[in-house]
Amino acid sequence: MNKKQKRNLCRIIITAILLAALHFSDEGVSIAAACISYASGTFFFRVYPVLHFVLFMIPYLIIGHDVLRKALKGIKNRQPMDESLLMSIATMGAVVLALYQDVTGGHGDYDEAIAVMLFYQTGEWFQSVAVGKSRRNISELMDIRPDYANVEIDGKLEQVDPDEVEIGTEIVVNPGEKIPIDGIIISGTGSLDTAALTGESLPRQIQTGDEVISGCINLTSPLRIRTTKEFGESTVSKILDLVENASSRKSRSEDFITKFARIYTPAVVCSAIALAVFPPLVRLLLHMDPMWGSFIYRALSFLVISCPCALVVSIPLTFFAGIGGASHAGILVKGSNYLETLSETDTVVFDKTGTLTAGNFEVDAIHQSPLKERELIEIAALAEAASSHPISLSLKRAYGEEPDRSRVSDIEEIAGHGIKAVVDGKNVAVGNTKLMNSVGAAYKECPDDIGTVIHVSIDGVYAGHIVISDIVKPHSAEAIKSLKACGIKQTVMLTGDASKIADKVASELGIDEVHSELLPADKVERVDALIENRSGKGKLAFVGDGINDAPVLSRADIGIAMGAMGSDAAIEAADVVLMDDDPLKIAEAIRIAKKCLRIVKENIGFAIGVKLLCLILSAFGLADMWLAVFADVGVMILCVLNAVRALITKK
Amino acid sequence: MKKSYKIEVDCANCAAKMEEAAKKTEGVKDAVVNFMTLKMNVEFEDGADPGEVMPRVLKSCKKVEDDCEIYI
Repeated sequence: MNKKQKRNLCRIIITAILLAALHFSDEGVSIAAACISYASGTFFFRVYPVLHFVLFMIPYLIIGHDVLRKALKGIKNRQPMDESLLMSIATMGAVVLALYQDVTGGHGDYDEAIAVMLFYQTGEWFQSVAVGKSRRNISELMDIRPDYANVEIDGKLEQVDPDEVEIGTEIVVNPGEKIPIDGIIISGTGSLDTAALTGESLPRQIQTGDEVISGCINLTSPLRIRTTKEFGESTVSKILDLVENASSRKSRSEDFITKFARIYTPAVVCSAIALAVFPPLVRLLLHMDPMWGSFIYRALSFLVISCPCALVVSIPLTFFAGIGGASHAGILVKGSNYLETLSETDTVVFDKTGTLTAGNFEVDAIHQSPLKERELIEIAALAEAASSHPISLSLKRAYGEEPDRSRVSDIEEIAGHGIKAVVDGKNVAVGNTKLMNSVGAAYKECPDDIGTVIHVSIDGVYAGHIVISDIVKPHSAEAIKSLKACGIKQTVMLTGDASKIADKVASELGIDEVHSELLPADKVERVDALIENRSGKGKLAFVGDGINDAPVLSRADIGIAMGAMGSDAAIEAADVVLMDDDPLKIAEAIRIAKKCLRIVKENIGFAIGVKLLCLILSAFGLADMWLAVFADVGVMILCVLNAVRALITKK
Repeated sequence: MKKSYKIEVDCANCAAKMEEAAKKTEGVKDAVVNFMTLKMNVEFEDGADPGEVMPRVLKSCKKVEDDCEIYI
């Protein structure tokens, strides 16, 4: 609670006590008035209304003075239609009504005017505390901003502002501290907690030479890091910037509420005036008792009920909580509008490489070889020892050891064919069919042909082939299944790869539609066609790794980039950024978006529904001001509590 | 030029009013008020001096919403 909230709480308590005291000492007021009238020699019915009025004005002004002042200022600045004005008119109307009854010899009831103001202020207080608390909760979730960096100056570690650290500076990160700036580890090994960035709870192992990104927490031993970026360009700054600005991109629901509030308040004020004036006039014409008091009272309740604050507060809060909750799960949503689009998505288009598959090649199978698998890979890896081609790298990875270069000589790399080399004194050729033809080896075609085939011959004799293919990520199949489970109707895969490979991956994962052998520009065309041919209102999401598919990311209704740890291009091009490579996060993001939008709709429906009902009841005189206050404050509190639910993202 | 300021305001509606008022202030090209993070991002017109413009922004915000503060 801040100072203002504490002060308001005091006002609320004092007023409540005063109100209760006055309520139960009604007799006392009459006796006091009688004494005064006796002592001063005036009539009782002259003294009583004044004393009654003055006594009740004390709590009324304690609780309501700022609302009244605000309403006056509003009128002065020609912005009169706000809730302060509604509350002022309603309570002052009730006060005048009470005074009128006192003067005409009845018994005026001031309690209601004060109670309404009291409840209104209680509601405002609660709202400010609740919003403050959720704001703090969300910022705690996003508590990745590093406060300092340890820089060695003259042999001593000093804490400096991360903003002042230049590129290439050596910084030290002790266990328990956040890495303040992106960089490369110069010395030290250990594990990092990346939960704040990726939502991943398992620590990540790191060693000297690894690139690390800011925002991770060092868990085990001190790390010495050479920075590769400025603080402002580091991952942590980009993410914070993105999340903090996310809620300024307004969703359609929020726009709707803003517009709604703009026409709603004047409309309600006009209807209230009509309610106060027309029925009594009609009754007068019909020679009935006009019942002015009763209709003015109804009109005032009408005003209290009508405050749109439940909507105006809870809708942006829901989106903010949704964005906060998502970022805690490692999903960055760039704006409320994207959360909305995401919830309406029914088609998800994937890029294959890097999204559904890991994007690095691995040895898949070995066929037709008279040698043992291990021996064949050893020979191939040795022959490719000097090459840095992705295929050579994958062969070397499969071999698992650093090839012993002394066993290899006379390496000859033939572009478009492969490599010839002398390994352990034997003439080895590793490459495609053209190479086999040129060395005269009788190669055999690979029966299932689903990857890149590398043939090997030793001294001109065919020694079998190695099939290398891109491996599917462990969660891809599950990801497609959970997308279907959360209402995605169509999944499409786009790839530049050969159709055989693409079809195999698609059927393995259960993808509905595949388009293969596409050039980057074809992908944009395909997405265009999919958007044009869609039947319903469903939106199309494109998921890519953000590196070479920026045009497609921006063409789709919503672009999702994955594996953004360290990739600026992805963060910039996409609307939704998944911090790690896990395709399961796509379904998670859609689930969060749907939940958030469901809460928004619940709140809109609930608030407007209850208010409409109470408005009708009050127009027919069936609702008193107590119900009116519930319709205003109670609804708002329930909506705020409901909004906070969007923060919870665990399944 | 863009600058970000911390603000203090009580309700979302009031924040929206502040945004409107700030946008209309002379020297301000665009302004966005973020109620949830309590920040105001102001984009100034070319050649405008933030030190001179911001007091006017504050003044016009105070006019529409008495109960607000911008920490310049």
